[in-house]
Amino acid sequence: MSTPTLKSSTTTASRRTQSARPERDKPKRQQSLAERLIVPLFLAPTVIGMAIFTIIPILGSILLAFFRWDIISAPEFVGFDNFTSIVNDPTISVSFLNTILFVVVAVTLQLGIALALAVMIQGRMPGWLRVFFRSAFFFPLILSAASVSIFMGYLFNEQFGVVNWMLSLIGIPAVPWLTTPGGAAAVVVLVYVWQNFGFSFLLFIGGLASIPKEVHEASSLDGATGWKQFINVTLPLLSPTVLVASVMAMINALQVFDQPYVLTRGGPGDSTRTAVMVIFESAFQQLEFGRASAIGLVLMALIMAITALQFRLSRKFVFYQ
Amino acid sequence: MSTLTVPRQDQRRTPRRPFRIGRPGTIGRIVILLVAAALTLGPVMWTLSTSLRTPSESFNLPPQFLPLNPDLTSYFQVFEQINMVALVVNSALVTLMIAVGQMGTAALAGYAFARLKFTGKNMMFSIVLATMMVPVQVTIVPVFMLIRGMGLSDTLLALILPAIPTAFGTFLMRQYFLGLPNDFAEAASIDGASPWRTFVSIYAPLAVPGMAIVGILAFNFHWNEFFRPLILTISEQNYTLPLGLVTLQGNLGTGSISVVLAGVILSMLPALVVFIFGQRALREGLTAGASK
Repeated sequence: MSTPTLKSSTTTASRRTQSARPERDKPKRQQSLAERLIVPLFLAPTVIGMAIFTIIPILGSILLAFFRWDIISAPEFVGFDNFTSIVNDPTISVSFLNTILFVVVAVTLQLGIALALAVMIQGRMPGWLRVFFRSAFFFPLILSAASVSIFMGYLFNEQFGVVNWMLSLIGIPAVPWLTTPGGAAAVVVLVYVWQNFGFSFLLFIGGLASIPKEVHEASSLDGATGWKQFINVTLPLLSPTVLVASVMAMINALQVFDQPYVLTRGGPGDSTRTAVMVIFESAFQQLEFGRASAIGLVLMALIMAITALQFRLSRKFVFYQ
Repeated sequence: MSTLTVPRQDQRRTPRRPFRIGRPGTIGRIVILLVAAALTLGPVMWTLSTSLRTPSESFNLPPQFLPLNPDLTSYFQVFEQINMVALVVNSALVTLMIAVGQMGTAALAGYAFARLKFTGKNMMFSIVLATMMVPVQVTIVPVFMLIRGMGLSDTLLALILPAIPTAFGTFLMRQYFLGLPNDFAEAASIDGASPWRTFVSIYAPLAVPGMAIVGILAFNFHWNEFFRPLILTISEQNYTLPLGLVTLQGNLGTGSISVVLAGVILSMLPALVVFIFGQRALREGLTAGASK
């Protein structure tokens, strides 16, 4: 535990009053005791809460990852078996590959769409129209991923779905969206990107707004316009935002669960099963709590690696003004 | 942002003309944005319109994107099919308790990290920040066991308690308190106010906008949360809305989808209120993590 010390502002204040009114010396000391007690009071709810519900569980997870345990019988030490199962167990390894592929595709789409729309919304248009677009792109973020997956599942229904009905209008035969591996994976990606591109969009309009107008005006004078200006002027200046947006998008996408769970339950086969779905199924359906912990730790290691990479990259390559 | 136009010398070179339709680039750009907006709002409009069709014709084609003949049958039926009242009450209780709990604990901890002096502060704050990298899926198994051990299995407290300590909220509140001037604390201590009094009477009221952001973020996240309730609640009487709706969808198959969609629309309403009145706070909170 930490031992609290005096707050600096009070020290200077008490020094000031001390010289003026020495009789207040005693109450000041008592106050310093109150201050010693106040720090634990302020921190206790958060620190104790985190210790119980985050720190201890992580340590528990690390321990549990080396055991085989179904809660009922005694835990059995199995060494690294739970970790090697990620490579050896076909369902788990496929789920990890699915997750990585999902991250690559979904994040690329999400960032690409968000950046394109963020640049387009900067152009001249009536103010109310800009507010409308911004609200529209932001709107899916306030919905629950489970609810979104429910109505998207109906929209992508093979026989009665609106998507296939629209495709039929231009002569495309019904696509078996949710019953084929490729179709199901595509739907999970589309539904996820539909809901999340607005977040990257918000980051990008923030980043674009921080680029001073003069930069664009000056480069316009130098003859850089349109695409050329975007590649040579806007994008380099936006690189800190691009880095942050891609890291945040990757960390979120790595944890994808709600969409594939509600839309496909991981199927057909294992085609849309993700790492978090395997954590859920290992722990709460197969009662393999150790294996679930091991998979969770690998996921956390990936997230930490991405965050560390962000720190390195932001120092090395990103162009700051 | 102010849009006042102050006459400048370079205005002739980059004239700020009033917007007018007619430039092909501008039209193309706005058409693309309109298509994107239609693709974003279209599915929601279809959900609303279909929830207002009769259950028997809800899956009929062509689809409806505007509720032309609104019919409320599905909205009554969803209350008969599932215990909608319990779902709403559970979701509201869980979400409000978490939001209030996060606002309180984050304000206290954020204040300590911003304005109080104690040894080990930086290290403690780093640990708090580091827990932001821990995904909920990593801790869920031990949390599930802890909850069992505490005898809280299958209660709403199982959802509420673990969600109250918030690293992100603490970070936000620390930033907020750092932005407030120091003079008040000095004045207060000269007047003999205790540190607690200084917090309660001076700094906490000033930090209400920051706390609102923490509360709104917590509301938005936990109202929509699916993963934890799926694991930590067992009996249907403790389900929250998203879980109840997914269960209903599973039970009904593709029968009367308008009933499920009516439930979906009802579950959106509180989030919609937040969207309308708290969009700015929500945007600020969501993007706060991106700026260092």
